[in-house]
Amino acid sequence: MNWGSLDNFLAMGGYAFYVWGSYLVTLGLVLAEIVLLALRKRSALARLRLHGTAAQGGR
Amino acid sequence: MTAALRCVIVRDLLLAARRSSDVLTVLLFFVIVVSLFPLGVGPEPALLRTIAPGVIWVAALLASMLALQRMFASDHADGTLEQMLLGATPLGITVAAKVFAHWVTSGLPLVLISPVLALQFDFPQELLGVLALSLALGTPVLSLIGAIGAALTLGLRGGGALLSLLVLPLYVPVLIIGAGASEAAASGLGGHAQLLLLGALLVFAWAFAPWATAVALRISVE
Amino acid sequence: MNWFKYSSPQTFFSLAGKLAAWFGVLAAIACGLGLYLGFFVAPTDAQQGEAYRIIFIHVPAAWMSMFLYLVMAFWAGLGLAFNTRLSGMMASAIAPTGALFTFLALWTGSLWGKPTWGTWWVWDARLTSELILLFLYFGFMALQAAIDDPRRADKAGAVLALVGVVNIPIIYFSVKWWNTLHQGASVSLTKAPTMAATMLTGMAVMACGFWFYSIAAALMRARCIMLERERASEWVVEYARGSA
Repeated sequence: MNWGSLDNFLAMGGYAFYVWGSYLVTLGLVLAEIVLLALRKRSALARLRLHGTAAQGGR
Repeated sequence: MTAALRCVIVRDLLLAARRSSDVLTVLLFFVIVVSLFPLGVGPEPALLRTIAPGVIWVAALLASMLALQRMFASDHADGTLEQMLLGATPLGITVAAKVFAHWVTSGLPLVLISPVLALQFDFPQELLGVLALSLALGTPVLSLIGAIGAALTLGLRGGGALLSLLVLPLYVPVLIIGAGASEAAASGLGGHAQLLLLGALLVFAWAFAPWATAVALRISVE
Repeated sequence: MNWFKYSSPQTFFSLAGKLAAWFGVLAAIACGLGLYLGFFVAPTDAQQGEAYRIIFIHVPAAWMSMFLYLVMAFWAGLGLAFNTRLSGMMASAIAPTGALFTFLALWTGSLWGKPTWGTWWVWDARLTSELILLFLYFGFMALQAAIDDPRRADKAGAVLALVGVVNIPIIYFSVKWWNTLHQGASVSLTKAPTMAATMLTGMAVMACGFWFYSIAAALMRARCIMLERERASEWVVEYARGSA
């Protein structure tokens, strides 16, 4: 598929809003999921260091 | 076993009779919700005739869901539920009996009053039977599926709203087929296919839902 | 090889970490390849122009949304049947990723629908079923969030997931039937454009990419869940101190 120019590629035959709207949201949400997971891990580790072996299990 | 069934059903019906306001508020909710739709969409008869089965079915769904909370809540609160879990009767049987009693107090009244409400929407008189029959077959399925949700959310905060979120997606097939019966009848095709499907759903739910509810009850109470 | 040792959170934890990293890399490669195929190999469609390229996300996301629900229900059922802690954790770990793909399927479906069918939302059988699937995911997550005791949350979620799995074919069938009955004036909704082989390959590669990504995300989340739940265990505290 030869787009010819970067402009053509970005314009997506006039459907730029729909195509890029889909791809960018996908990328955004996937990155958000990864970031949120990293944050969750960090706060879990921080809590563990703070409280040591807390006898209460649970979340 | 039949003695146990009868015992639980009679007990639940008696309790419901003593708290008749519970039963009546659900019925009143049903009537009010149905009346809200014409106020929302306008009184044009042709439109109302088209949406009548759908509106009545959605209202029945919502009313049925309101009533679900009390299926196990009061028994759970006073300890009767734990006795049922420990008792000799299989929990599935007890649950089936409770669901039946629940349907008699919350589903059956809806079935009986639905023709009146349908007339408000100028729904053709000859089709009232199909509508009532679809509700008669469908509301027990709602009670059966709803029982699983009620058992899972027993004692949780977020109660009613959480229960709705869990149970409404599962209600969708019943809604589609149930409302579809009257719509098919109205368009001349006859609602037999849908009614038979509802019957099949009822049999299927009757066979499996009490058992799933029993499992859920054990999880929630222990 | 003794697989059963991995059923203990402690042994699984480090395995999950390594697997997550590998699958993350594989996901990036597969998605990169898939996107290349989708944008630079697959030709323009005769009817839909460039708008159809959304398909390289929409269809794989929809496939993943359904597949992940099945996997989630599988782990949940296993945990319910054998009372294994880790199975329940896996089910909980999968749910948010599954919900994400369901939402993406709906979002991209909507953006695909506007230029091709003229409207943002259509009560087409598959979009409607997908919407209900999103509600099923949310229900599962909401139920688990509302229960404090993790064991009860796992088991209750398992019952809900299994009831949901049984219902999904019923829901899909009834929605499909409803849709065909009411087709009436609505545009005949073509599926994809008749597939060139390159389009199909692009979709398949993207689907693999999404699958690898889901595995990586679920394993990472499972590790977080283990860190949160196994607070009382020594190995967890050791690990926390060790990774300061």
